[in-house]
Amino acid sequence: MPGLITMDDLTNDEILQVLNDAERLLPVARGELYLPLLQGKILGNLFFEPSTRTRMSFETAMKRLGGDVVNLGDVNTSSVVKGETLFDTVQMVDGYTDIIAMRHPRQGAAQYAQDAARVPILNGGDGAGHHPTQTMLDLFTIRQAHGRLEGLNVVLAGDLRYGRTVHSLSHALTRFGCTLTFASPELLKMPAEIVSDLRAHGANVVETDDLLGSLPGADVVYMTRIQKERFADEDEYAKVAGAYKLHASNLEHVKEGMIIMHPLPRVDEIHPSVDDTRHARYFEQAFNGVVARMALLCRLLNVDVPANIGGEA
Amino acid sequence: MSQEHNMRRVTAIRNGTVIDHIPAGHAMRVLEMLGIDRTSSVPVSMVMNVPSKKMGTKDIIKVEDRELNQDELSRLALVAPDAHVAIIRAYSVAEKMTIELGNEVKNVVRCTFSNCITTNPREPLPHRLKVLSTEPLELRCHYCGRPQDLEALVRNLI
Repeated sequence: MPGLITMDDLTNDEILQVLNDAERLLPVARGELYLPLLQGKILGNLFFEPSTRTRMSFETAMKRLGGDVVNLGDVNTSSVVKGETLFDTVQMVDGYTDIIAMRHPRQGAAQYAQDAARVPILNGGDGAGHHPTQTMLDLFTIRQAHGRLEGLNVVLAGDLRYGRTVHSLSHALTRFGCTLTFASPELLKMPAEIVSDLRAHGANVVETDDLLGSLPGADVVYMTRIQKERFADEDEYAKVAGAYKLHASNLEHVKEGMIIMHPLPRVDEIHPSVDDTRHARYFEQAFNGVVARMALLCRLLNVDVPANIGGEA
Repeated sequence: MSQEHNMRRVTAIRNGTVIDHIPAGHAMRVLEMLGIDRTSSVPVSMVMNVPSKKMGTKDIIKVEDRELNQDELSRLALVAPDAHVAIIRAYSVAEKMTIELGNEVKNVVRCTFSNCITTNPREPLPHRLKVLSTEPLELRCHYCGRPQDLEALVRNLI
């Protein structure tokens, strides 16, 4: 059964359908309503890499819908440490569960697991590859704020080289005709093959190292964390990272409805002074991970989300 | 210079394989891809950079007493997709083989990206490269989606 490995597995119409489903599931995600659509179904959480939000939101999504979750547990104590192949691990979990959410340090692991499994795989991140469930919650957050996805000016900033969330999101936004500005230090630029792919798909892409100069025209500013270990020495890091930090004082000339997003965890790229501005959306974004994943779980398990939930028209 | 003149630069072979229309300068890489090296015992002739009407210049290889199989043709396709391959028996062309890369190269070569899941030799699923275009040759790993480094491919043959 097909899962969700990259955003190419969903058409634009299907993306919008999932976002609509997610919208209707909001009261269930908030715990205001119990809707056991996935009762009797089991999700296998196969996280070979540390994860807080993705793993917890998958678990919350499944439980809010009446389903159950089994976990691989710590990879350092599971059979993986004994040298089990991914193929064998997936074969085993495939037999225990109805659907698998997976994160793995190796790129291509999710497609590999999908080829090995009968149940659908939800890619929760594979190396520097794809992270489509994050993209779905990002799209949900953007549409929630702007009422549409089409034709927005989106600035993606920080580590665009290694950040898988920005890779998946850029591809998706291109499909909705957004203008993309990539603001990053030279060392952490968006990989050339991704930029050329995006341009081949008709994307309007601007590359710059000037984040603050990109703010006035932006509808969305998507910040990411710049990791110290990517730099040869700490001085170089401090110099570069300083240019990719947002403070409330930087937001005087931005559009009224501009939103600031971040996949979290943040370190110091968004100053706490931003949290109280009308632009901050990163905590709502993290919460949206639950509804987006609820809608995806239903879709891949072939369970329809009712048109009316809780008697709402 | 005529076609016949090119072919006569080395003597006609009795039995074996002639690989013609190899892009100029690629003959060494073809030999490497076919696993023909100093440990091979069969006679091998090679001409490089000879004139060609179709290609300007080209390379030709003749391998005696060995007939290429389909698997070897797939390997050849990665370096010289337009090469002509003829099987020679008793000094005449017994069979002309067509090189076709198809949509996918399966279990011929490993992905060149160092962090691909397929770099673990114990993983049992087949190595699969998708053919995006043949001219120029553009391959992507079915699993990790990375574009393949054509220079490094030759070292990743299975």
